[in-house]
Amino acid sequence: MNELFNLLTNKATNDFLPIFNSSSSILILIGLFLISGLIIFTLMALTAMAGTYAERKISANIQGRIGPNRVGWRGFLQPLADSIKLLSKEDVVPREALKFGYLVAPILVFLGAFLPFVTLNFSEHLVIASLSAGIYYILAFTALEVVGILFASLSSASKWSLFGGMRLAAQMLAYEVPMGFCIITVVLLAGSLNLTEVVQWQATKTWIFGWTIFRSPVAFITFIIFFIAGLASVKRAPFDLPEAESELVAGFHTEYTGIRFAIFFLSEYASMFVICALTVLLFLGGWVGPIPTLTEDIGRTLVDEFYYFSREENLSYFSSFLALFSSKSEGGQKIIFNEVIGFINFVIKTLFLYFMMIWIRWTMPRIRIDQVLYLGFKVLLPFSMVCAILAAIQIVL
Amino acid sequence: MQTDSLHTEELLVNMGPQHPSTHGVLRLVVKTDGESVQETLPLIGFLHRSFEKIAETLTYKQVVPYTDRLDYLSSMNNSLAYCLAIEKLANLEVPERASILRVITAELNRIASHLLAFGSYALDLGAYTPFLYSFRERELILSIFEKISGGRLLYHYNRIGGVARDINIDIISEIGQFIDIMRKKLNEYNELVTENLIFIKRTANIGLISMSDAINYGVTGPCLRASGLKYDLRKVHPYSLYEKFNFDVPIGQGLKGQIGDCFDRYWVRLKEIEESLKIVEQALDLLREGEIRTKISANLKLPAGEVYVPCENPRGELGFYIISDGKPNALRVKVRAPSFCNLSILDPTCRNTLFADVVSIVGSIDIVLGEVDR
Repeated sequence: MNELFNLLTNKATNDFLPIFNSSSSILILIGLFLISGLIIFTLMALTAMAGTYAERKISANIQGRIGPNRVGWRGFLQPLADSIKLLSKEDVVPREALKFGYLVAPILVFLGAFLPFVTLNFSEHLVIASLSAGIYYILAFTALEVVGILFASLSSASKWSLFGGMRLAAQMLAYEVPMGFCIITVVLLAGSLNLTEVVQWQATKTWIFGWTIFRSPVAFITFIIFFIAGLASVKRAPFDLPEAESELVAGFHTEYTGIRFAIFFLSEYASMFVICALTVLLFLGGWVGPIPTLTEDIGRTLVDEFYYFSREENLSYFSSFLALFSSKSEGGQKIIFNEVIGFINFVIKTLFLYFMMIWIRWTMPRIRIDQVLYLGFKVLLPFSMVCAILAAIQIVL
Repeated sequence: MQTDSLHTEELLVNMGPQHPSTHGVLRLVVKTDGESVQETLPLIGFLHRSFEKIAETLTYKQVVPYTDRLDYLSSMNNSLAYCLAIEKLANLEVPERASILRVITAELNRIASHLLAFGSYALDLGAYTPFLYSFRERELILSIFEKISGGRLLYHYNRIGGVARDINIDIISEIGQFIDIMRKKLNEYNELVTENLIFIKRTANIGLISMSDAINYGVTGPCLRASGLKYDLRKVHPYSLYEKFNFDVPIGQGLKGQIGDCFDRYWVRLKEIEESLKIVEQALDLLREGEIRTKISANLKLPAGEVYVPCENPRGELGFYIISDGKPNALRVKVRAPSFCNLSILDPTCRNTLFADVVSIVGSIDIVLGEVDR
């Protein structure tokens, strides 16, 4: 996918154009963009819906309840039923609300949760766009979510929303800075801002020993700080102050109903997934380990193979795509095997962290806003700064 | 830079009557400056049902089920207090078995009430799971009560002169099982909540009530004991054979902070569950065969006079002040409701705290609006 994208953007002029006839190449480009968009949208919606289901089932287990079990097999279709219910609800805009901000806020929150999926490596090559500053791209767009929530809280004309927004603004400062320092630590160690390259650096040692957390004691502390800050950034308990139910009713989304509420709700689960995935990619080796992949270097990529079939053997795109899976292709099967293993590795680790987040939420009470600020500025920030400096020293030595 | 330029407007927040953590229909008008709370004004009366007026128009026996509805989480204790007041004025003797049964039900109800206080307090602080755990154990008590009295929330079990029904050996063994289960679960609660660092941070040194303040404001029950005063009506003015039982009165010790903070109020309640278990255990041993009710005439008339009988409710001193003029109904019934008196200390306690602390303090005072508004 990544290579296809690069081909279309970089090599289209010299290499790739002979394959397509020139007038259709723009259409194909647009088509690929649309397909990619559709894929990440589906992916986001699916992870969010599965997230709500997992949350309800796991919390039920923790609390000695049964959880949803009416819609579909063991309540599997519950998220779908919830979505349909929320879609069919009345869309209320409070009379006093600032309409523009009120309506724009869910879109911004949605984008903040949706866009980071573009550069997440689900396995080595299974990525929409492997951006050279991918880590900062993700950070920038998760911060967009904060802007959306501030819009929501300030334009809802509700005091609870206002409180939620104020808390979020304060909380954001407390966790974004340590988070940035944690990322600097990893970037210094790995020497790249590209998520693919960060993980490729982690793949240079055998099995799981290449993971960032095993590379340096500093990195392990950084991992813990990053995960705590990540919890705060997705507003999960114990950092769910902006929407603290027992204090602020529902915080920033108090006035939202129906589909707009659903967007806030699903975005929360999607951004949880993003933070977990980012943690896995930065610290836990992404697609590397615990299940080992084939170590031999194939030396070719899937696109090379695809290229070969479509150009040298003059097959149609569809049949050359199929040929990748057949015995005709030398590296194809191996590459696909590696990608599948990598994908499984990535998903296992991400879901484990996801489970941790749910587990923490249903165990811990909520901490107070001044305690969040204390934790952010006086504990996480100094520690993460020291870690970044130590990592820099480690590089120099 | 002048500090005046930093001055911001105060925000008046209307917390309740529909709010997740005002325990029913309490309305708090909170004046805040950002997150810090300047003033808290409790506005009550959303659940007013004119209990005192109703109690004047009905006969003494007819009032008993209404008392269940005052503090609906400790019905057994409420009706006990009312029955004791009437019995004192009428000079009625209560059979020993009835008194013991009253103690068993009252203490079980105290446990149920404290369990709910524990669970909802954790919920107020943002921990969802303890709430369901405490309901799981409360359910055991409710099913025992269902077998004893037929009701699960409002029992109408205490009657003037005794109790409504006797208990059998099955129920006794079920209570015994419950005691064993509850002792184990208390450890679980302590691990999950009491030892939780975030919980301690949210409760220790928050909402301090000094002993003199508590006395001056008329605070009673676990809130008063958490401030360090060993005052329990079951010990000070024993009623219903409480003098026969051997139990401690836990007081706040400032384990994690200062004496009289939210943590102490929470901790005293958990300790009281243990003590109540002790009392129930002893009461089951003391239970002898016998009458469960003194026969009283269908149309009970009290001699002219007045009486005040206080009882130790889960929330504090519940007293019924009854004036009789010899007619079948009372001339005046005044309820001294513990939740109402305890609520009065909310404003001074909440001053200059953070908004989240208001929730923490309201939860730790543990009010029931059915009793505040009556």
